[in-house]
Amino acid sequence: MSLKTIKLNDREIACQEDDSVLDALLRDNIDIPNNCRKGVCQSCMIRSLDNAPPAASQKGLTDVLQHQNYFLACLCYPEQDMTISLNKPKDFFTETTVIDKKLLNSDILLLTLKCSTPLDYYAGQFVNLKRHDGLQRSYSIANNHLLNPDSLTFHIRKLKDGLFSEWAYQELAVGDTLDISDPQGLCYYLPNQLDQNLMLIGTGSGLAPLLGIISEALHQGHRGDIHLFHGSREIEGLYLIEEMQQLTQQYQNFYYTPCLSSETLANGFAKGRAHDVAMSNIPSLKDWRIYLCGHPDMVHQAKRQAFLKGSAIQNIYADAFHVGTASVK
Amino acid sequence: MTETTTLYEQLGGEAAVNAAVDIFYRKVLSDHRINRFFDDVDMAKQAAKQKAFLTMAFGGPHNYTGEDMRKGHAHLVKLGLDDSHFDAVIENLGATLVELNVPQELIAQVAAIGESTRNDVLGR
Repeated sequence: MSLKTIKLNDREIACQEDDSVLDALLRDNIDIPNNCRKGVCQSCMIRSLDNAPPAASQKGLTDVLQHQNYFLACLCYPEQDMTISLNKPKDFFTETTVIDKKLLNSDILLLTLKCSTPLDYYAGQFVNLKRHDGLQRSYSIANNHLLNPDSLTFHIRKLKDGLFSEWAYQELAVGDTLDISDPQGLCYYLPNQLDQNLMLIGTGSGLAPLLGIISEALHQGHRGDIHLFHGSREIEGLYLIEEMQQLTQQYQNFYYTPCLSSETLANGFAKGRAHDVAMSNIPSLKDWRIYLCGHPDMVHQAKRQAFLKGSAIQNIYADAFHVGTASVK
Repeated sequence: MTETTTLYEQLGGEAAVNAAVDIFYRKVLSDHRINRFFDDVDMAKQAAKQKAFLTMAFGGPHNYTGEDMRKGHAHLVKLGLDDSHFDAVIENLGATLVELNVPQELIAQVAAIGESTRNDVLGR
């Protein structure tokens, strides 16, 4: 009974005793990236679609990757039959209805969608919103699934000549339907270390996923400190300022620092780019978990700064908001 | 310990690599002589590579070939990667091991393995 079957799309691959999943796939001429075959390089990371993979095959992966049943094919000696995927899961779309639409500031629209069936998501993940003609854009989920399993909120930033955002502002109306993909991404909260300090840095609408993560952490009873730094050039680029300030009153382990990088100085705001302010405020990030969302340059620089301040790489979670050429006319 | 104990085992195996990788990578990123070569890399991927490199330098299991080393650094050689930068990396490697209280004779062995990649890394 040592032979295990590995299902991949519509193929069935036999995995002999003493063979790793990688061995079995390569023997069947399945093209899978691999290099060290010792669990070091992680190039053969794939995902189990049914059962949790053997713990030994998840050695060295971040906790969210483990949570999503990713594993290293070279270290995986199946204990049971497995169904695997070499790619990201195919986009599966769910129909939703627009139940609310309001402005958070002059450039950011709060869009609330209701799903016909509850969606399995985590705050901080993103979905693709798809218009009926197929136009798609990725947006982060800004709310907490524990409070609202069947509704999702998004912060849609109005981009100059942005096809999707213009349409969402002008034409999309309450009651309309909109398709959304399955949630994706690994930048989310897991309630596995309630005493860990969290630092969250966001620029512009990068606040959206951070808000969801904060809401979920507080809801789960997170005990470590939670520091949010939200940055923009001008005051007008920030939003939900009062709500965040209220939250600091409500939870004594939540800290909020709005940051302005322009020359103007305003009362109650830190001066400087959010990640610079954040890094200079906290002497050491050893054992902290870091979330970075927003402008790609900020994310890139802050990752390095956080690492040099003592954070472990596997504790740095990032979601860079790339505005591709495809998103403008 | 018997005489047949490998360098990798003497250093403490994978646990030692894990302890060293962040220290080493922080030193490299803080070193103004060489950190510009790491400006555009994805940190998580780079950390995995650093781990593979340290595993090799510690005499552990690896599949690195001279050819991998050449290909992996060719774009940096075009940007001016030379002996002085290689020296800086080896220096950081040594400093990492000193910080971890590794005995000098073992550090010398690690440095020698690192040194053996010089010509491949520099594309000579």
